[in-house]
Amino acid sequence: MPWELDNDRPIYLQLMERIQHDIISGVYKPGDKIPSVRDLALDAAVNPNTMQKALSELERSGLLYSQRTSGRFITDDEKLLKKMKMDLASEHIHQFFEQMHHLGFSDDETLEMIQDVLRREQYGTDS
Amino acid sequence: MEPILECRDLTKKYGSKYALYNLNLSLERGQIVGLLGPNGSGKTTLIKLANSLLHPTGGQILINRTEPGIETKKVVSYLPDRNYLGRHMRVDEITAYYNTFYDNFSMERAAKMMDALDIDRRARLSSLSKGTLEKVQLILVMSREAKLYILDEPIGGVDPAARDYILQTILTNYNENATVLISTHLISDIENVLDHVVFLQEGQLVLSESVDEIRTQHGKSVDTLFREVFKC
Repeated sequence: MPWELDNDRPIYLQLMERIQHDIISGVYKPGDKIPSVRDLALDAAVNPNTMQKALSELERSGLLYSQRTSGRFITDDEKLLKKMKMDLASEHIHQFFEQMHHLGFSDDETLEMIQDVLRREQYGTDS
Repeated sequence: MEPILECRDLTKKYGSKYALYNLNLSLERGQIVGLLGPNGSGKTTLIKLANSLLHPTGGQILINRTEPGIETKKVVSYLPDRNYLGRHMRVDEITAYYNTFYDNFSMERAAKMMDALDIDRRARLSSLSKGTLEKVQLILVMSREAKLYILDEPIGGVDPAARDYILQTILTNYNENATVLISTHLISDIENVLDHVVFLQEGQLVLSESVDEIRTQHGKSVDTLFREVFKC
């Protein structure tokens, strides 16, 4: 299955996000070897040069490291992985609040609504 | 590294009409390049000049630093935009013919692709549907170990599923030092596999840029940009 990609943003960025996401969500484990550029490119149905660029960028960020003869690996630096996870989470939260602003809700209102929803869900499962 | 294809002030006139006018263009090795432009913008003329089916009125076109001719045909694998095979031949005959004709043809690669696309080797070309014939032609072209693949409208006649396989075929078979030049109108289908796109309009270069550069700069896909630039 080709990866789902938006068509208005740079492809390599989206490949980076996807791989980052796969690492954080545990598809790849810390220290795992990742597939070759060619295999990943085929899987995603993108140009190998673009995949190469995405992997190089991830290497620069420290998430991947390469061993000259044996390929590319996921970092086992737990601190870095945790930070990456927190960064991604806070990004999602910011986006959510921004969308709520567009709908005309203040941060306080939004928070209250979240708590409401959670309460109702708990109440629902209790009964 | 030397570009694989280079045009310097390339001009081609048919009668009093310019099909290409002072075109300057250079294609790097190891890239998949989309050659895009509306009908009559000069795409096929450029491709024919690269294959020495036409000769320039002015300027120069070089492949691997050589003018198109016998030497360049060894390194260029070309898929024309029309059927060019003897219709009376069978699929296995034309494959053997290619194998004899080109030093760099791989029977193994051809067999693998024909199996994957379920092509009957005993069938005569004249009995094949338009789409199947296109697949056979593309397989023959991609089974060569070339430095430059020039594909003129390779996916126009095939169904979307076969289109995906064909794109995959192009991705699998080209090596890192080869360049693939694809002319097509089906931009959104191939956009993700392209490194670079070239826009032609009325025989002149409008744009030559990487796909990600276009997306970063314009915040839109190549397909959308094309529709804007060439709005009727």
